[in-house]
Amino acid sequence: MSGNGSNGTGFIGASLKRKEDARFLTGRGRYTDDINLPGQLYAHLLRSTVAHANLGSVDTSAAEAAPGVQAVFTGPDMEDVGGIPTGWLIHSKDGSPMVEPKHPAMAIGKVRHVGEIVAIVVAETRDQAREAAALIDIDYQELPAAASLEAARADGAPLVWDEAAGNLCYDWEVGDRAAAEAAIDGAAHTVSIDVVNQRLVPNAIEPRAAIGNFDPTTGEYTLYTTSQNPHLIRLLLGAFVLGLPEHKLRIVAPDVGGGFGSKIPHYAEEAILTWTAGRLARPVKWTSDRSEAFVSDTQGRDHISTATLGFDEDGRFVGLKVSTQANLGAYLSTFATCVPTYLYGILFAGPYTTPAIYCEVEGVFTNTVPVDALRGAGRPEATYLLERLVDKAAAATGIDRVDIRRRNFIREFPYQTPVALQYDQGDYDATLDLALEASDWDGFEARRNEAASRGKLRGIGISTFIEACGIAPSAVVGSLGARAGLYEVGSVRVHPTGSVSVFTGTHSHGQGHETTFAQIVAETLGVDFEAVDVVHGDTNAIPFGMGTYGSRSLAVGGTAIYNAVQKVIAKGRKIAAHLLEASEEDIEFADGNFTVAGTDRSKSIGEVALTAYVPHNYPEGLEPGLEETAFYDPLNFTFPAGTHVAEVEVDPETGEVELVAVTGADDVGRIINPMIVNGQLHGGLAHGIGQALLEHCEYDDEGQLVTGSYMNYTMPRAGDLPNFNINHNTTHCTHNPLGVKGVGEVGSIGVPPAVINAVVDALSPLGVTHMEMPATSERVWQAIQAAQAQD
Amino acid sequence: MPAVTMTVNGVSRSADVEGRTLLVDFLREKLQLTGTHVGCDTSQCGACVVHMNGQSVKSCTCLAVDADGADVTTIEGLANGADLHPMQKAFREHHGLQCGFCTPGMVMSAIDLVNRNPSPSEGEVRHWLDGNFCRCTGYHNIVKAVMAGADAMGGGS
Repeated sequence: MSGNGSNGTGFIGASLKRKEDARFLTGRGRYTDDINLPGQLYAHLLRSTVAHANLGSVDTSAAEAAPGVQAVFTGPDMEDVGGIPTGWLIHSKDGSPMVEPKHPAMAIGKVRHVGEIVAIVVAETRDQAREAAALIDIDYQELPAAASLEAARADGAPLVWDEAAGNLCYDWEVGDRAAAEAAIDGAAHTVSIDVVNQRLVPNAIEPRAAIGNFDPTTGEYTLYTTSQNPHLIRLLLGAFVLGLPEHKLRIVAPDVGGGFGSKIPHYAEEAILTWTAGRLARPVKWTSDRSEAFVSDTQGRDHISTATLGFDEDGRFVGLKVSTQANLGAYLSTFATCVPTYLYGILFAGPYTTPAIYCEVEGVFTNTVPVDALRGAGRPEATYLLERLVDKAAAATGIDRVDIRRRNFIREFPYQTPVALQYDQGDYDATLDLALEASDWDGFEARRNEAASRGKLRGIGISTFIEACGIAPSAVVGSLGARAGLYEVGSVRVHPTGSVSVFTGTHSHGQGHETTFAQIVAETLGVDFEAVDVVHGDTNAIPFGMGTYGSRSLAVGGTAIYNAVQKVIAKGRKIAAHLLEASEEDIEFADGNFTVAGTDRSKSIGEVALTAYVPHNYPEGLEPGLEETAFYDPLNFTFPAGTHVAEVEVDPETGEVELVAVTGADDVGRIINPMIVNGQLHGGLAHGIGQALLEHCEYDDEGQLVTGSYMNYTMPRAGDLPNFNINHNTTHCTHNPLGVKGVGEVGSIGVPPAVINAVVDALSPLGVTHMEMPATSERVWQAIQAAQAQD
Repeated sequence: MPAVTMTVNGVSRSADVEGRTLLVDFLREKLQLTGTHVGCDTSQCGACVVHMNGQSVKSCTCLAVDADGADVTTIEGLANGADLHPMQKAFREHHGLQCGFCTPGMVMSAIDLVNRNPSPSEGEVRHWLDGNFCRCTGYHNIVKAVMAGADAMGGGS
């Protein structure tokens, strides 16, 4: 077996077409809302229309009497149920634990954001439930809202939680403050920046849904839910909220129509639907509509930061200090607390050798929808700030934007950053060179001049970045406050006739695991790709798992599967040695055959599997069967890296920004399926471009969501985007046997600063030096007017 | 409740519906044709696109009674047995789908485009897909798939 995990059958590295496509292309996908159970009832969740209020009376009598209604429950009915838990305990600078208020499944006494659940109405039909909900009379005694970071941190701000003074959940730090400040004080030059990383709405196209079911004869609950991590939901819902043992709680996450982080959290709806099904002993289904999703799916980003970078005469970075306020929303969602801390502050070395770095973050409660992971989760916010600062440093010194990056690159690995991470491998010059060539960086001035002849302002921008994904190992994240392990589980069941079922604790909601994982197994076990099927998404079928987020599925889940295959091969070697009357040490395994070294005597994996299940001639003391499970806890994160280049044209009359070219040169580790990897890059780029140019989730001062539908929240459409120029330079991760890293979040991390740097570059002849996201035509036009007014 | 009769994927289907029943709910709930999806409530996302009398419509924005007497085709009605429609094949070949949720609407919309414009340019494809959201693919491979599908359809079906 070679170290790269290959048996040379050619499945790894091939753009095989996806196994999952057949059902999706013919309308046979099975999403949660496609499932209907016998005797099913329908739920409507009545949600708060105000951002902050004491709940007076909630009169449900008319709703209870309405046609078809089976039950109405409100917060006090579930008062004995545990709160919705948070997955990560953050400690403040002074060592104190974060403020962690109880999060009831439905509001009790107070509502804290528009969209918070006040009541569930269950009826025979969906329309009956909705109409009955409209009959509930709620006495909202409105309170002033803290609807933004500024409002929440202002003196005398309304308190979202009485126990959180100043609306502060925590005041966290990483790095050496004194060292960073001393380095900046002693630096030849400094640049500072104030940036907003605006709030975004994830907007997976499938709205969330849940069906609770209860079997009174067995006491077993089943929840069908739109989740990225069914075992995690079982753990949180079972152990922390409803107090149900694992063997009586089954979570099924069937086909899921996109997640992007918004389907990680354990949501109150999951607890409410499961609990209600138990109370009524009938299946109960809830499907969100889009307007509801805008006020109930967790949202992303929402930081305000100020930062200073110090550097020497040659443009070498000597110190970086970052102060950030991060909006957590009204309640702490599952990973809300770690996204702006351990997925953010630890990224500030980027690909650079900056020797002294300090980052402090205030986690702030507001009367808004809870914030949690969104594609990239903390890492886009850090990368955006850093890459804008680097461009400002270049502008301040006159050093070329590419040169200043290159002068600061890390080139010796492993590299210990001043903010906790240790990078195992990378080649940042290679991806930079590749991006410059692929984007024809050197030919840009000619394109700028040509655009100018048409009256357009053309700009080019660059971003060089690293990513940290596949967060691990469990002992380290546990020491930092994680309340779960971050390993993954894979099982490989070789059936008697040689076909293979693979069970993974990760979940595929677009990533193509059914294909990629089958490629790994086909290659390493030497069986046909068509002989391998991958099973995911059902806690009754799969031993355990932590799910899919943080670009972990291949590096962590794929490695677990790979390790399970190695166990299968090890057992197969014993069986083959017995059949071939050879010593186990003399058996070699390659291309699906166990061979006595130096001979042509061999047994195929299929023959070995049949023997394992029909063990008539079998090694003494060996268990029959050929099925193995591996739990894999990685030694470290993986560190994808790359360079993104964006080119824009601005119409100075209208401020409209046209994105004319996007080039990516990425190192995402060893590539199993290039077609799928490129698709992941495309999607991430679109998400990042959406943040840079289009998307903005906005609340008014009273906490009403202004951008609450697709009519006023700008989603990227086909016409907003160019084709993407994708290039790869690969270094292998050194600490997993496949050499893989991660790819799902790369685009959303790397590209926003490249786009904004390009917009600023386009406008720089007018004297514009800064642009907030999204760079809408209105905002760009205002910047142009302001610059011209100064002339 | 009014009765409606329509041909769906070549089969005559009748049912009593409420006047307010949307075509998409009729398809999903009365006929269990769950390939047609609902992704929004403002007629923006296009996950619900079906063909009515050969033209794409957003089935979340039509009443079932509006389709009385119509010939409706959904994603389930495109393939001929195991033989996929050329546009379905093109989406698979060019990785024009990831989570699959927007896919039925994308495919139905794309076929209508090619029926109207047998050889669309990339810009025309992007413009046509304005009413179909995808959050997974960045549209890059969808556009490639639609253009390849147009070629394979040989100038409209």
